[in-house]
Amino acid sequence: MTLSAERPNEVEVYSHVPPASTGATRKKGRGWLSQHVGTAIVAGFLGYIFGHWLGNMISSGYTVEVNTGQNSIADLLALVFMVLGWLIGIGALNYPLAKLVGREPSSSTSSSAPTLEDDVGGEAKVDGELEGWSRYFRYNLDHKVVGLQYVVAVLMFLFTGGLLAMAIRTELLNPTTHVFSADTYIKIVSEHGTIMMMMASSVVVGPLGNYFVPLMIGARRMAFPRIEAFSLWVFVAGYMVIFSALPFGGFPTGWTGYAPLQTQAGPGMVSYLFGFFVIGLGMMAAGFNLLVTIINYRAPGMTWSRVPVFVWSILATAALLTLATPVLAAGGLFGLLDKTVQTAFYVTEHGGSSFLWQNLFWFFGHPEVYIMALPGFGIVGEIIPVFCRKPLFAYRIAAAGMIGVALLSFFVWQHHLFQSGIDPDMRPLFMLTTELISIPTGFIFLVGMGTLYRAKIRFEVPMLFCMAVYFNFLIGGVSGVFLSDVPVNVTVHGGFFVLSHFHYTIMGGLIFAFMAGLYFWLPKMTGREMNKKLGLWHFWTMFVFFNLTFFPMFFIGLLGQPRRVFTYAKNLQALNDFSSVSAFLLGLSFVIFVVNLMWSQFIKPKKAAANPWDSLGLEWQTATPIPPHNFDRIPVIMTDPYHYSEEGAPALAYFGEDDHVPVRSGSSTSGDGPA
Amino acid sequence: MTWENSDTTDPHHLRRITVIWLVLSIVLDLLYWFLVGPHVPPGRMTSTAKADQFDFNVLFVIALPVLVGIWEYMAYSIFAWGSKRKGVPEPVGGPTAAGNKKTEVTWIVITSVVVLLLAAFGTFSVVTGHGSGGGEGPNPLWSPAGSVKAETAALAGTGSWAPNTGAVLPVQVIGQQWKWTYRYPTFGGFESSQLVVPNNTEIEFNVTSLDVIHSFWAYQLEVKADANPQQNNVAFTKTEQLGPFVVRCSELCGIWHGAMFNYGKVVSQSAFMTWANQTETANAANTSNLPPFAWTYVPDANGASGGYYPDGKLTPYSTVETYGSKQPGS
Repeated sequence: MTLSAERPNEVEVYSHVPPASTGATRKKGRGWLSQHVGTAIVAGFLGYIFGHWLGNMISSGYTVEVNTGQNSIADLLALVFMVLGWLIGIGALNYPLAKLVGREPSSSTSSSAPTLEDDVGGEAKVDGELEGWSRYFRYNLDHKVVGLQYVVAVLMFLFTGGLLAMAIRTELLNPTTHVFSADTYIKIVSEHGTIMMMMASSVVVGPLGNYFVPLMIGARRMAFPRIEAFSLWVFVAGYMVIFSALPFGGFPTGWTGYAPLQTQAGPGMVSYLFGFFVIGLGMMAAGFNLLVTIINYRAPGMTWSRVPVFVWSILATAALLTLATPVLAAGGLFGLLDKTVQTAFYVTEHGGSSFLWQNLFWFFGHPEVYIMALPGFGIVGEIIPVFCRKPLFAYRIAAAGMIGVALLSFFVWQHHLFQSGIDPDMRPLFMLTTELISIPTGFIFLVGMGTLYRAKIRFEVPMLFCMAVYFNFLIGGVSGVFLSDVPVNVTVHGGFFVLSHFHYTIMGGLIFAFMAGLYFWLPKMTGREMNKKLGLWHFWTMFVFFNLTFFPMFFIGLLGQPRRVFTYAKNLQALNDFSSVSAFLLGLSFVIFVVNLMWSQFIKPKKAAANPWDSLGLEWQTATPIPPHNFDRIPVIMTDPYHYSEEGAPALAYFGEDDHVPVRSGSSTSGDGPA
Repeated sequence: MTWENSDTTDPHHLRRITVIWLVLSIVLDLLYWFLVGPHVPPGRMTSTAKADQFDFNVLFVIALPVLVGIWEYMAYSIFAWGSKRKGVPEPVGGPTAAGNKKTEVTWIVITSVVVLLLAAFGTFSVVTGHGSGGGEGPNPLWSPAGSVKAETAALAGTGSWAPNTGAVLPVQVIGQQWKWTYRYPTFGGFESSQLVVPNNTEIEFNVTSLDVIHSFWAYQLEVKADANPQQNNVAFTKTEQLGPFVVRCSELCGIWHGAMFNYGKVVSQSAFMTWANQTETANAANTSNLPPFAWTYVPDANGASGGYYPDGKLTPYSTVETYGSKQPGS
């Protein structure tokens, strides 16, 4: 049986070269009167006003927020209609509504077999553009456009959250002299945590997942292009919703939103609860879409043992996004009902339970932590072989590790509640499951170390970031074992030790891996090189100041400083100041990154080589810029993409009869890469 | 072992790495155990502080070789296998480089054994340490002898405590935005804003809250238990040294969370007895305004959701007196 016989339909359907990518079939921009970000903002604004009016009309005098006198139903409806207006304004609902009334636009008049032009291109003509700058400001169904839109969106989250972090560290410069009031400070802390968690849940899955999963598995598009675009625009809407908390007076609960503080808080809490609900919609949509894509859209021959390890990590993450996020969304809805129509899900004295929120939240919250860690593992596993010129060590173990982490992550959530007054015999159980999770996490280290063994390592910027991930994540992981131990947890729970621990895993692991991924793949995404010198400056400042910021926090925590405090013991000032100054310098390293991004991508762009790192990955075998349909022919995959330095290694894929020669170096290349 | 190249000109990397690792690990572990270990927070003021410090140190002594091993390996690979270094051989790909069953199995076995041992050790510590100072909820599984009796008597209002009897002292910790207060059921249930406890005594902290969730963190005593409204969260420790300690709130409870701390002290048993008797008398008027001692209280109108009923001293669904309702207007 030939490989192509496994999926006759797919091969047949795409067995011809699509029409040339220029010409009359493609419309240029449709002008600024059509739907784009601008109309979405206007519609969102109008929706907000309408919702607020509606809420006040239907429930005037019915509900007042504690301490503020505002109508929480009006606050909620304003946000609901704002998101709805935003989605209508961007054009997300055009197709579903048209389909509902049986007037969906027909896109193809061609009598030939359906092509990607019809699948996505045709829709893109209806819902967005195929070419030109304006497509990045529209509801576009091309996964590559959505991927780049996601890059901008997550950076927007990251930088806002980062600025808030600077504010936190400014306040903590002195234990007694205050820059902010206690009220403002707690709002900043809460906003920082929430923004960053929302960002981190999508920081890799959104941009790199959407962009590269179809390219890596040899697909022409995502399974559900509309859901893919929807997840992006909902994600951006979530940004606006969570920021609407500030004009409402903020919320004082931190990112964990514990009830009954949640019940007590002012209208900013509505933004938090609804914000997580909206972001949750985007996470579920993105996860579900990636899951279906990876399972069903692999090219012929792309068996499970040939799937790139990054795709494995996205698969595990997508499963978590799909299964864990609904719990958060439901928990948020309960909270919204408590706040608006006075149900008592979380109100103890009226028969509810504050433990309900804690358990729902962390049942989502701990898989969420691995939603933030797994894609980082995938990126590292993908990049290290390229710069080591060696195959990925123990590929099966890597995949098993990710799936193992994903499965176990559903059984550890109560380690956040060791001292909360839960049933005491739950504690040894959750200590065990939590510590078990370090076994599959350890696989990732085995894979990295095995790949490094007797390699010839090129220390390009992406590789440096990957090495830093191992350095940081090791500290994060080992401190996690301390936290999982119930006796030690009594010392460190709720203090700066925890804070340092999860910054080491999320920032030290995921954000460093995200940076590795950006430096590695941006040349493919934009066709433009990143400046290496600035990249090195960015890496070294970020690595050094990240560690100088967060390492002292382990000591601050052990010495007894609880989280989220605006005042602390006098004898901890030196450590806190050290940490603060390092944090400001860490902020500066992100300025270097932005300068590099602007300089290399916009001001003085330099064309990148087709395969600058000499990678064997399928995503590098396409033309640059990548055509809208990704592959002229769906490739037939012959082997896994890690046959570095192997004499007589099989070609990665068969691309058809034309003379498409995969961009790859000889098997014995020394591979020092471009200068 | 196929993974290890038999090329004689190439140094035996793994052996080298292992030797450096062994030496470094042993030296650093010994230095840690004897120089750093005894000073690790939260000190040795109580039985739980001592036990949890020991736990921390055991974990650290296990963690240090892991950290050292992986960092050393990374550093070694940077120096030995960097592409800029002269004489680095071309890497060899192929199936031998793509995996090695022996290495993989060894790695999995070692990590699994370490992890299971850690879990067993942690379980042993938490059981023998009566919960290690952490809140065990209303029905603690692992409690010191005599605590159940003390609890029952305290609730019935018949509890008593005297020096040199070895009796367990129940203390109630009440969190509210944003202060801690303490009730002593064995001394008529008086309420104090000062936490004073006798030395060499098993203390049973009954932690509850009147509004939102707080977390009672007596730092040097190594006690941490969330204060939940309508729930009694019990934690145990045995005092072993005299001295002051800090109480902080370690669960975000609103804007003044950072300011929610006060100080307590461990005093001798006779000094405690004197203090308790004096305070009981001095606070008698205040005690008569408090509801009878109970494990939990119905929050007053200023409680987390009490704002729904700003006028009432009783909530519509409860005939129980709320905490503070009899207090003179504040």
